[in-house]
Amino acid sequence: MGREVSESCVDSLVIEMVSAYCNRFYATKPELAARRIEAIGYLVGHQLSERYTIERPRFSDHLEAIKFICKDFWSELFKKQIDNLKTNHRGTFVLQDNRFRWLTHVSIDPSPANTDISEEPSLATAEGKAAQATSMHLYFPCGIIRGALSNLGIPCAVSAEISNLPACSFVVRIKA
Amino acid sequence: MAPVAPRSGDAVFANVERVNAELFTLTYGAIVRQLLTDLEEVDEVNKQLDQMGYNIGIRLIDEFLAKSGVSRCVDFKETAEVIAKVGFKMFLGVTASVTNWDADGTSCSLVLEDNPLVDFVELPDTCQGLYYCNILSGVVRGALEMVSMKTEVTWVRDMLRGDDAYELRVKLLKQVPEEYPYKDDE
Repeated sequence: MGREVSESCVDSLVIEMVSAYCNRFYATKPELAARRIEAIGYLVGHQLSERYTIERPRFSDHLEAIKFICKDFWSELFKKQIDNLKTNHRGTFVLQDNRFRWLTHVSIDPSPANTDISEEPSLATAEGKAAQATSMHLYFPCGIIRGALSNLGIPCAVSAEISNLPACSFVVRIKA
Repeated sequence: MAPVAPRSGDAVFANVERVNAELFTLTYGAIVRQLLTDLEEVDEVNKQLDQMGYNIGIRLIDEFLAKSGVSRCVDFKETAEVIAKVGFKMFLGVTASVTNWDADGTSCSLVLEDNPLVDFVELPDTCQGLYYCNILSGVVRGALEMVSMKTEVTWVRDMLRGDDAYELRVKLLKQVPEEYPYKDDE
């Protein structure tokens, strides 16, 4: 086993990076913040998959590579595997993590609780904001998956869907 | 009586959840790289890394106090030792040494010979002036502020700049007395 750091180092760094991009650098441009966060993830995924596949033979097909992401790669990062993998056999894969670590620390902003109940519209926006903040946390892992697969020679688009916190699904669409 | 502060963070580090350091190191590297692209000015990157560290430090102190089992430090000297031996170890898995105290005991150096932030890192010539590890100084400053110590934290030595170690100078500016809303029951 190589060098280790405490899990909270990684978690704090990721949370702060997302917050810096969303609330400070691109506070009024969430789509730009999202693109930057994804780019950081892409770089990390690209480098990690390079390192984790050094002693492996080439993957024979897309499914083999995706399985590697679900098992070995995910275990290195999160100490658990992806819980469920689905595919339509036409280049789309859905990777479901029932307890995605970077969402276990996400909580809904408690401030709406203090607002007057009569102000329902503001409650709705607060909920919208919370949903947006949560989705911001998913651009980083989406970037990691895209970077890892692209390093394995598989260009793709990756998006994420939150079903029931902290469960989450990553949808990988391989570009033909 | 309060338990004596542990002299080393080994046991604490052994008990916290740990992960492969590569993810941490590469994520930090990717962040610095993206900041350099987005903010353009190296000075601004230094500033933002420090700010990120500060924001992390003010939160991390809670986990530190909860898990480390250290009790109140009697003075700044003891505080510095605890950061170096327990704090760094508990989070980064490395220990710093405390040296170069000034005469009145308000500033000292934390020296790191090993630093997981910089594994695989080399700075290109275009990044002269970058304090690559500036997030660390922010963390220390933020964490200390939460325990009522206003400090100034600066880099003295940096291996990425050719020095033989990483040296953080920590200067105590002001110690804000804590006021409790409750009585100290003994």
